[in-house]
Amino acid sequence: MAAGLNIWQTIALSALLFSGASQFAVVGIVAAGGAGGAAVATSTLLGMRNGLYGLQMSRLLGVRGLRRVPAAQLTIDESTAVAIAQPERSAQRLGFWRTGLSVYVLWNLTTIVGAVVGNALGDPKRFGLDAAAPAAFCALLWPRLKSGDARAVAAVAAVIALVVAPHAPAGIPVLVAALAAIVAGLLPPRATSDPTDLPETSR
Amino acid sequence: MTLWTTVLLASGLAFATKFLGYVVPHQVLDGVVVSRVAAMLPVALLSALVAVQTFTAARDGLTLDARAAGLAFAVTALLLRAPFLVVVILAAATAATLRALGWG
Repeated sequence: MAAGLNIWQTIALSALLFSGASQFAVVGIVAAGGAGGAAVATSTLLGMRNGLYGLQMSRLLGVRGLRRVPAAQLTIDESTAVAIAQPERSAQRLGFWRTGLSVYVLWNLTTIVGAVVGNALGDPKRFGLDAAAPAAFCALLWPRLKSGDARAVAAVAAVIALVVAPHAPAGIPVLVAALAAIVAGLLPPRATSDPTDLPETSR
Repeated sequence: MTLWTTVLLASGLAFATKFLGYVVPHQVLDGVVVSRVAAMLPVALLSALVAVQTFTAARDGLTLDARAAGLAFAVTALLLRAPFLVVVILAAATAATLRALGWG
């Protein structure tokens, strides 16, 4: 799974970063020989949504002081989606903490097993692990494609990335493709799209 | 940048982004444009990552190999509402099988 990163780096990334898409992006860009700066930039842009989730969760959880630290670390797609799906405040808070903590434990255990097993397997291509990464990104993307706007952005971004790819170092095409999101965000919204829509939990 | 620097910097910025949501005044990030861009960023980035990691190779520019077949099976599995792990394993197994047969 982690060509480029060693076992300890993979485990540290999972425990400290704790946002699936960003982790896969760092691993993928580093493995493709991309610069560290491009990996960090892509990971951070992918994680921007967590900041908005944090904004929603801070109102809902009512946490103060140091408790904001674990709350922030557990603020991901899954915990936010479960919390806002609950009808009452107490169930929202319970849903956030319970989902955040259980995903944190399971996700990191899976990473440890994956890092150790992946390391023992040897050549990742022989086991098709280089096809697993785009499939994982695709599965993370899937629940976000419900609106026509989102499908258009996804299509334009993919084309931009492939046009830029032969002429730029690894990691850069994906960053250039992010422009599609910025342009789409600046255009007036269509009546049917709801930017605050959360995807279903997806991992 | 060393690999450890990359890991720690990406992790630090990820936490800072999450934490920012808990400390900034609510109206700062509440604009419609900000939330639309934030909703579309993962869509654009994930789609670009799928494209690049499926259809490009280190020195060859654009390529079509076993990874594309893996992605086709992944999309089929997603259409059939398969869970995340099944989608990922199916894509890897498809690519591995094709390579074992000498293609891609």
